[in-house]
Amino acid sequence: MKVVIMGCSRVGARLAEMLAREGHQVAILDINASSFRRLPQDFTGTALLGSGLDEASLNKAGIKTADVFIAATQGDNRNIMASQIARHIFSVEKVVCRIYDPLRRDLYGELGLETISSTTIVAQMIKDGLEQQES
Amino acid sequence: MYIIIIGGGRLGYNLAKSLILESYEVLVIEKDVEVVEHINAEMGSIAIAGDGCEGKILESAGARRADIFIALTGEDEDNLVACQIAKHYFKIPRTIARLLDERNERLFRKLGIDVTINSTGIILEYIKHELPSPPVMHLLNLREAEYEIVDITIPSAASTIGMAFKDLKLPEGAILALILRSGKKPLVPGDSTMVEALDQVIAVISPENETLLRQALTEK
Repeated sequence: MKVVIMGCSRVGARLAEMLAREGHQVAILDINASSFRRLPQDFTGTALLGSGLDEASLNKAGIKTADVFIAATQGDNRNIMASQIARHIFSVEKVVCRIYDPLRRDLYGELGLETISSTTIVAQMIKDGLEQQES
Repeated sequence: MYIIIIGGGRLGYNLAKSLILESYEVLVIEKDVEVVEHINAEMGSIAIAGDGCEGKILESAGARRADIFIALTGEDEDNLVACQIAKHYFKIPRTIARLLDERNERLFRKLGIDVTINSTGIILEYIKHELPSPPVMHLLNLREAEYEIVDITIPSAASTIGMAFKDLKLPEGAILALILRSGKKPLVPGDSTMVEALDQVIAVISPENETLLRQALTEK
């Protein structure tokens, strides 16, 4: 599987590492070269300096032949815009978008993006953990 | 008519001001509290502090009854997302987005933003019109061959006037295809064709040699 990840955040880097280790072809983009320090020494994928909002950078990362695009920067709006570029301009089959804001998560889910809100997921997990303790 | 503006910078501020003069109901949503206070001190309480992409802020701004939504922040992604939320969640009938990178225009249109305004592009066009000698106009991009067809007008003050086209030192690969003179038939420059003021020269050139070609045609 060919995967393009935008944002070498903790989540992005970890995901890139996991997917590359499983033998997938991974390219990870970040606008800040120092973010790549989060990648392991033996990372077998490609780390590219560039923005996921920029078509030239996306082309370099191989977006045209990618099976999956994942937007994992810290900014909801950047992630949303990049995901829509991947989906509507480059017709990437599977696009996953990280969104912190639950309202935006719901809205873009309805508009056809696969969205993940760590805010909602983590809050739910903590609550579940508390309830288990109580019982 | 109720209009919501996102971004209270120079653009948002001046737009709000002129819309109020035309008696529209206007609300500005701006992140910077100081800017909000400044606007409110001058125009009455028409600005609130907050993120124009946030549902709660828009809800409290009465976005559901707004008629027009205008996003004027300095970031394309913020303008895009604000307009999409306005359109799809709050059902505001008309959304207008400022565009900083013209390459995003196609995406914005595809995603249903009603109007996009490329402020940089507009300013550049105006400036071009004000330049004394119109620069190289692009007629056609021959993408495959990496050449382009351009139109260069010889200014009245060009030092090449009176010279033969064949004596001009053209950059490598340049081809002068056609000369257009007012009131005359288009002609292909031959051995004896001289440069005349206001000749419109249609040429084939590689993009990197464009400036050299303009210099060759206008300066001795």
